[in-house]
Amino acid sequence: MASETHSATSAGSATESPFTPEPYVVERRVVETADTVTMVLKPAGGRGVPAFLPGQFNMVYRFGVGEVPISISGDPNRPDELVHTVRSAGKISDALTKTLPGETLGVRGPYGVGWPLQRAEHQDVVIVAGGLGLPPLRPLLYELLAHRDRYERVEIIYGARSPKDLVHYEDVQKWRTRGDLRLQVTVDAAGREWYGDVGLVTARIPDARFDPPRTVAFLCGPEIMMRLTAQALSTLGVPEASIWLSMERNMKCAVGLCGHCQWGPAFVCRDGPVFRYADVKRMFSVREL
Amino acid sequence: MSGAPVHAPPVLRVADHPFFHGLDERFVQLAGSGATERSFEAGDMLFLEGDIASEFWLVFQGKVALEIAQPDRPHVTIQTVGSGDVLGWSWLVPPHRWRFDARAVKATRTLALDAKTLKDAFEARPEDGYRFLLRLLPVIGDRLENARVQILDIHGV
Repeated sequence: MASETHSATSAGSATESPFTPEPYVVERRVVETADTVTMVLKPAGGRGVPAFLPGQFNMVYRFGVGEVPISISGDPNRPDELVHTVRSAGKISDALTKTLPGETLGVRGPYGVGWPLQRAEHQDVVIVAGGLGLPPLRPLLYELLAHRDRYERVEIIYGARSPKDLVHYEDVQKWRTRGDLRLQVTVDAAGREWYGDVGLVTARIPDARFDPPRTVAFLCGPEIMMRLTAQALSTLGVPEASIWLSMERNMKCAVGLCGHCQWGPAFVCRDGPVFRYADVKRMFSVREL
Repeated sequence: MSGAPVHAPPVLRVADHPFFHGLDERFVQLAGSGATERSFEAGDMLFLEGDIASEFWLVFQGKVALEIAQPDRPHVTIQTVGSGDVLGWSWLVPPHRWRFDARAVKATRTLALDAKTLKDAFEARPEDGYRFLLRLLPVIGDRLENARVQILDIHGV
């Protein structure tokens, strides 16, 4: 399933009703930063975890509080567990970050369109993550590294607000020591204890090694970061049709019914969250969107 | 017992720095005459905010942090520059004083070009000076954009 990238799941594929959550028990909780945790969930009652595509998301429900869309951040080749990385950014997500091992959450999904990783086969791959943009890209990286021989050079650029805001740091350290990919980490500002780079992710692009016309790029992070990065890659010669980004909007129903996440002609929950830059570029310049 | 031969690091040349690639050779020679190689260990300061800015720096190796020093608060690094980058444009505009501190994050090798020599080269060869500035302006623009996005705190919202 994980290799069949970029096909949208239909509403209700994982559950009988698209709005009925399935119970999951929090098995482990990893504190990533002061406001972000990663939760490892196991289905209650011995059910299996529905297969998902890297880049897809679930609606995660804290009973009595509400539900929010959260990207899946775990390994698509681990069918026994579901991993979500959540940042406290509002009432519901704050409640989710405070969920403890043993407690139960509701999950429905997976939803949306995943990263089209197969398009990157035999190409150079550039992955650019900003802040909490890394978790939605992590399943892609797991999948890519599981079949590393299918891809040419792999460049990862990861930016965060400060060294304290870097998430999945254990993975980052592992990737750093691999000989078959290059990783650059940069932060917006730092103290003297930080020996790495400081500056925007776009400032790291000139140091990345890739052949622009034969490169596929995957971007996830704050919208302005993705816009600047896509522009920089395009200027270097990466085809706009080969740049993919994951959008975030106010997703409520997750199945293309309610319209809360409408972005121009698209519903982000149904038609995204992964979009091709060439298809959505013009929407970045529409201020009302 | 004989040890491995010790090789001196290659001499740094202005013409080898990417910033000067493609510029007229005579201009490069003129602009770089009297350039001084400066090496730093991690933690060494290249210059301090408020010091007279009289040199244009070419970084060949290592990493330099541009910092803001605040009274009674930790220094904040707002950008790092590394191999192939240039450093400093305060020498070009009044009041010709550095606006930030610059600190070597790790062992760093640079060439420091004398600002007066550079300006004399601009006067002597204005067309090449114009090309030089056309290369420097995007560097300034990128750093301005970096600062603007930092103000937005895009990862913090």
